[in-house]
Amino acid sequence: MLMFILRRLVQTIPVIFGVTIVVFIIMQLVPGDPAVLLAGEGATKETIEALRVQLGLHQPLYAQYIDYVTNIFRGDLGTSLKNNQPVLDEILIRLPITLELAIISTFITVVLGMAAGIISAVKPYSIIDTVVMILALLGISLPSFWFGLMLMYGFSVKLQIFPVAGWDSMAHIVLPAFTLGAGGAAIVARMTRSSMLEVIRQDYIRTARAKGVKERVIIYKHALRNALIPVITVVGLQFGALLGGTVLVESIFAINGLGRMIVDSIRMRDLPMVQGGVLVASLVFVVVNLLVDILYRFFNKRIELN
Amino acid sequence: MTELNEILLEVKDLKTHFHTKHGVSKAVDGIDFTLRKGETLGIVGESGCGKSITSLSILRLIPSPPGKIAGGQILYKGRDLVTLPDNEMRKIRGNDISMIFQEPMTSLNPVIPVGEQIAEAIRLHQKMSKKEARLKAVDMLKLVGIPSPEKRAKQEPFQLSGGMRQRVMIAMALSCNPEVLIADEPTTALDVTIQAQILELIKELQARLGMGVMMITHDLGVVAETCDTVAVMYAGNIVEHASTQNLFDDPKHPYTRGLLASLPKIDEDRDELYTIEGSVPSAYNMPVGCRFASRCEFAQAVCLEKKPDLIEQSDGTKVRCWMYSDEWAGAKPTEEVFN
Repeated sequence: MLMFILRRLVQTIPVIFGVTIVVFIIMQLVPGDPAVLLAGEGATKETIEALRVQLGLHQPLYAQYIDYVTNIFRGDLGTSLKNNQPVLDEILIRLPITLELAIISTFITVVLGMAAGIISAVKPYSIIDTVVMILALLGISLPSFWFGLMLMYGFSVKLQIFPVAGWDSMAHIVLPAFTLGAGGAAIVARMTRSSMLEVIRQDYIRTARAKGVKERVIIYKHALRNALIPVITVVGLQFGALLGGTVLVESIFAINGLGRMIVDSIRMRDLPMVQGGVLVASLVFVVVNLLVDILYRFFNKRIELN
Repeated sequence: MTELNEILLEVKDLKTHFHTKHGVSKAVDGIDFTLRKGETLGIVGESGCGKSITSLSILRLIPSPPGKIAGGQILYKGRDLVTLPDNEMRKIRGNDISMIFQEPMTSLNPVIPVGEQIAEAIRLHQKMSKKEARLKAVDMLKLVGIPSPEKRAKQEPFQLSGGMRQRVMIAMALSCNPEVLIADEPTTALDVTIQAQILELIKELQARLGMGVMMITHDLGVVAETCDTVAVMYAGNIVEHASTQNLFDDPKHPYTRGLLASLPKIDEDRDELYTIEGSVPSAYNMPVGCRFASRCEFAQAVCLEKKPDLIEQSDGTKVRCWMYSDEWAGAKPTEEVFN
């Protein structure tokens, strides 16, 4: 197991380099010259040129990339073009907010999704199953920006149970976390259901019955552990989608997180901020994938690293 | 203490039907047999004849829906298992009657160490601490001849070979000293050399523990090797019920004769083996008469019109065939026909 974790850690190194290359290239492809933008309207050619040298933009691409990576390892993600603050500082303020939102949403995804999936699978084709699966279908189909606005309208404006926007208390977390987690929960519910139904037909479930194991124990001990193996993968992928989803949800609920920071920075053409934000979000995704793989391995020891 | 010859299991007119959108499939359609202590009863027949459904019916493990025990009785020491409440039935499963399945590769839970799977069975039926059950599980692994059982007990099924997994299944089945062991094609998925070992193991443990064994198989070699009595099944019915000796020396039902004739013989040089022409009738649409009639070379009008009963012969064999009834007017079969 330890060897597996070590090897898997080593494997993430090239992935991280890949991420830096992609982030770097994407920003090169963005139209608009940051030096022109930064110099402001009516700047002379000399000023722009000087800025370009200062930003290192006059160097060939590979040299810019090497500079970029070296700086990352020094913990220097550059300086915001907008307010001259170090990018890393800005990110460190916002990352915890986004992570909190993502983790609580994932929790909702997992708990709600699995519970619904198990309830459905235990009595397939029953009324409960049908209702749960219709809800799941809705959860998958509704776009989160619309769903978020509807929740806001219903629970904040009409019923006034939760605050409309912001990020100050637990009450603030509920609606955005639910908005973000609902789609994932729906996918996990469907996945859990089909996986459970598949597992329940297996020979080893019959063996457990032949031993005299109670039906409850069969579901929770014998079936669920096997059924969870594909679900874990889906949850991991969902977490990635969730990070993307924070961009929308943070905008709707006016939460000052990483997603909203990236959107705002793109609007401002604040290149270093965008680069830094995307890089950090990608790294979080890589780490989550690593955790998912380790968890997966824990549940299914047959997985060998190839 | 139970006496030898005590009847453990008595199956009376068992009917297991499957209700599907194509109609009702009468997979098992009225079968009777008994199993005594220390006896090995073979149930033979080709795929789909209902032998596995019979064994699953006894433990009430038929997937329901679509399957259902539609009639008859399964008496275990006089108690009818068909009408037993679920919680009572669970106490019987794995404790009084246990079962080994055909597929050792898929019959063990892939994510639970094998020792724990055995210990689970023990703890379900016997008052034991976790630790005691774990030790007993290791003992059981030793009993079925698994080397370094302490180490193996902690391993997951994927770390064991097919033969070893079947040994684990046997260890699990025997862990609560069952009175009846149902072995559903226990060696079909295994190599020939491993097959012999597993059969030998079952025989040896049966002798030691005095169980009644129901050996479900399509392999007449296995029957000759292990069984005292044999029930030959065809299309959901028992067509011949005889001692193993009688079955091989003097097979009566044309189907049984066909089965035996289709075996290759070591002292003969033949290019082609005997085959039984035709195919099994559909379980959804059974003929009114003898179910084998359409494939039987001796069939007369009566065979197509009326289903024969099991008729007891002077040597004790019961056979479901009009040829052995008093009113039979057609030709009696001779040995040569099949050779």
